[in-house]
Amino acid sequence: MFQDSTSFWCFALSGLLFAIGAIGTITRRNVIVIFMCIELMLNAVNLVFISAGSALSSMDGSIFVFFIMTVAAVEAAVGLAIFVMVFRLRETVNADEVNLLKG
Amino acid sequence: MDITSFRGIIFAAAALIAVLASLLMVTRKDPIHSALWMIVTFFAMAVIYLLLNAQFIAVAQVMVYAGAIMMLIIFVIMLVRMEKGEEEGSEKPRVSKTKVAGAILAVLLFLEVLFGALFYQTTGRLGEYPAGFVNDVGQVRTVGSLLYGRYLFPFEIASLLLLVGIVGAVVIVKRK
Amino acid sequence: MADYIWLIPLFPALGFIINSAFSHRASKTFVAWVACLAIFFSFLTAVAIFCQFLELPAAARIFERDIYTWINSGELRVPIGFRIDALSIIMCLVVTGVGFLIHVYSVGYMHDDPGFKRFFIYLNLFVFMMLLLVTGNNLLLMFVGWEGVGLCSYLLIGFWYEKDSAANAGKKAFIVNRVGDFGFLLGVFLLFVTLGSQGIWTLKFTEIESHAHLINGAAVTVITLLLFVGAMGKSAQIPLYVWLPDAMEGPTPVSSLIHAATMVTAGVYMIARLNYLFSMAPDTMFVIALVGVLTAFFAASIGFAQYDIKKILAYSTISQLGFMFLAVGVGAYGAGIFHLMTHAFFKGLLFLGAGSVMHAMSGELDIRKMGGLRKKTPVTYWTFFIACLAIAGIPGFSGFFSKDEILWQAFNSGHGHTLLWLLAAVTAGMTAFYMFRLFFGIFHGECRADEEVKHHIHESPKVMTIPLSILAFLSLVGGYVGIPHLLGGGNHIERFLAPLFGPVTQHAAAGGFSIVSQAWAAAEAGATESSLEPFLMLLSVVIALVGITIAYILYLQKPELPRRFAARFSRLYHVVHNKYFVDEFYNFLFVRGILRIGAFLLRVVDIGLIEGLVNGTAAVIQRMGAKLRRLETGDVQQYAVGIIAGAFIVVGFIVGYFIAMMYMMA
Repeated sequence: MFQDSTSFWCFALSGLLFAIGAIGTITRRNVIVIFMCIELMLNAVNLVFISAGSALSSMDGSIFVFFIMTVAAVEAAVGLAIFVMVFRLRETVNADEVNLLKG
Repeated sequence: MDITSFRGIIFAAAALIAVLASLLMVTRKDPIHSALWMIVTFFAMAVIYLLLNAQFIAVAQVMVYAGAIMMLIIFVIMLVRMEKGEEEGSEKPRVSKTKVAGAILAVLLFLEVLFGALFYQTTGRLGEYPAGFVNDVGQVRTVGSLLYGRYLFPFEIASLLLLVGIVGAVVIVKRK
Repeated sequence: MADYIWLIPLFPALGFIINSAFSHRASKTFVAWVACLAIFFSFLTAVAIFCQFLELPAAARIFERDIYTWINSGELRVPIGFRIDALSIIMCLVVTGVGFLIHVYSVGYMHDDPGFKRFFIYLNLFVFMMLLLVTGNNLLLMFVGWEGVGLCSYLLIGFWYEKDSAANAGKKAFIVNRVGDFGFLLGVFLLFVTLGSQGIWTLKFTEIESHAHLINGAAVTVITLLLFVGAMGKSAQIPLYVWLPDAMEGPTPVSSLIHAATMVTAGVYMIARLNYLFSMAPDTMFVIALVGVLTAFFAASIGFAQYDIKKILAYSTISQLGFMFLAVGVGAYGAGIFHLMTHAFFKGLLFLGAGSVMHAMSGELDIRKMGGLRKKTPVTYWTFFIACLAIAGIPGFSGFFSKDEILWQAFNSGHGHTLLWLLAAVTAGMTAFYMFRLFFGIFHGECRADEEVKHHIHESPKVMTIPLSILAFLSLVGGYVGIPHLLGGGNHIERFLAPLFGPVTQHAAAGGFSIVSQAWAAAEAGATESSLEPFLMLLSVVIALVGITIAYILYLQKPELPRRFAARFSRLYHVVHNKYFVDEFYNFLFVRGILRIGAFLLRVVDIGLIEGLVNGTAAVIQRMGAKLRRLETGDVQQYAVGIIAGAFIVVGFIVGYFIAMMYMMA
């Protein structure tokens, strides 16, 4: 069935963390908490890569995670910068109240 | 992995801590509390990486995620809090239907992944870096040789990306 | 002189152009002179050509000349060309001669009318179109004239356009005419195509005549029937006669010229012109004769219970036109044209006389309010009397010879039938009766007018009475060109027209439908006995005299008799007096029918279907847009839900697909 029980548990854990992160993203109203949940989802994906790399004796997983982390860092910086600007304009940290794009 | 071996226990504990910490993070009202629980989650994940022979990644996780990114987030929370005080007090208890549907979908997504993981064999080609070899050489050295070897181009692009990000962040926030 | 035949239609055209160009600046006198002179010159040209004709042998009496090539398309060549032969020269003489007299009369009649100049412009245009009709050498040019006279009729009937009834009458005339023209055009098209299928692409009369034998029996019957539909409309036969009584809304000279002497005879002319086609279709001839005699009888019966002078004369015109169609329907084309000519004289005179009476009675039209005009308007009285004697068919007057010729041919010719003769003879008696009812009512007895009107009764000026006198003279002697052999005359007119028409009895019972062949069988049995002719002639005279006597008794000696008669047969009287409610029937069937169809189409097709389609498309798109707009809430978290949903689907796909692959391979 499955090659290695470790991979299965790692995948299951990763899926769980991803789901938790997803539910957090759509449920919380504070923008920063939403951001943290997104980071959690990214971490879940990192775990998948590492575990798959370990199961297949390949370094590609680690390399990919390296790049994901890089991008996550950049995204954090830029995203928080944007958040600060929005906060300056709107005086709110509620995701609901930033809905200028409402059609 | 045998659940009763040393590695198995460590893995189970770390996984449990990760899940609980993430649940707590998602449900806390105070963002500072959420941030702190996030850091706990990151540590737990680093432990799991170690167990999977990814030492370099584990350290990078602690350094980058728990160290840099979470510091950034906490600073921003404190920045925002100074002016507003308790924001989440006036939260409406009800969530819209779409969000409930989304939550259910996320659960279903998890079940799908579980299902896939159960019945899906990892059928990739076996790579050239078995765990023993990597441990002998040292993972840092391996990763380094790959980054400056095969994956040089993405590496350079990533550094460019970082540069753009730094400049961009500064530009966005600059006051006229 | 043959080179100048195009002058005949040219003069009235010039008159029209000059008058319409200068009408604003010119005086009334100028306009009147130009118009009358134009017709007069046309008349002189026609007379000159006629004199030339008399010097030529009978076979050479055809002048044809093409002025211009109008249509040159493939093998079809339609010229603007004119043809003067015996038939068209008679028509030209009648149109220009009687037309000239009526122009002169109108100078006096329309003197006080503010539309004086417009009247003469339209009159000249009309004469031009009519001449185009009778001198055109191809069907297309004739149709141009045909439509042109219809247009002028509309313009002149609705001359006093501020009156609703006049405008409506003009519209009615044009529309009913159009129905006939539709049939006419179909006939022309069918003829064109039928000849074309044999390789002859032409519309010229000479070429149609020479190739007429190529058309088979069924086709020629359909063609001639369709052409007759056109004649029904233009010449007011059943069922398309309803416009003519309404056309009396126009000025009286218009009624005289257009609706008595010239335009309404266009149908008869057309059939005479294409006689070779009609002679090939005995079934159509039967239909024509039948329609003609029924119309004659029907219209005469309506004349019994009308009180408006012009309406009585209008129904009389319809009736006499029926006689002309009876004539051509039995193959007696010459007799038909002869009656056309004499009818132009006496009916034209009757209308002008009516105008004179109206002039004297300050515009009164109702004969119940007239009477005793005999002493006060002598010229009008005597000319009217002569005209009435002519139309009644009293020997010595023109109408006798022409009408008698028709009755004889109806009885005798191969296409004729005793029943046709009988009905026609009865109608002749009815004609005498109601004409003299009219005559006695206007001129004899006591004057029943108001005091105010009585004071103003006076004879018309010379410019009106001289044309009356000339026409009266023609009504008297005009018939002498057609004195039949029986009475010692040479029947000049029929001999003049003979090269065009050939012998009267032709193609009897050749082909056709079985229904009519029985009629032929009956006709064949009791025909061609020339010894009956004097007997029939005497009979028609007796019938006419009986009619006059009855009118005399009923309207002069015992005036209370008609009233008692009407009271006793009040329902019959009511129906006849209301013209058998034909107009009301047409209105119910056609007018309201079309209005209802229009309303239905408006509701269902235009608003429902087309607007619904257009508006519906817009509405659908709008609603779709409104629904789609709700996706864009501006709430980022809901967008995230969308992403998760997408991920769910994709992962589901992959997991499912690969699991399936695995199980299949296992």
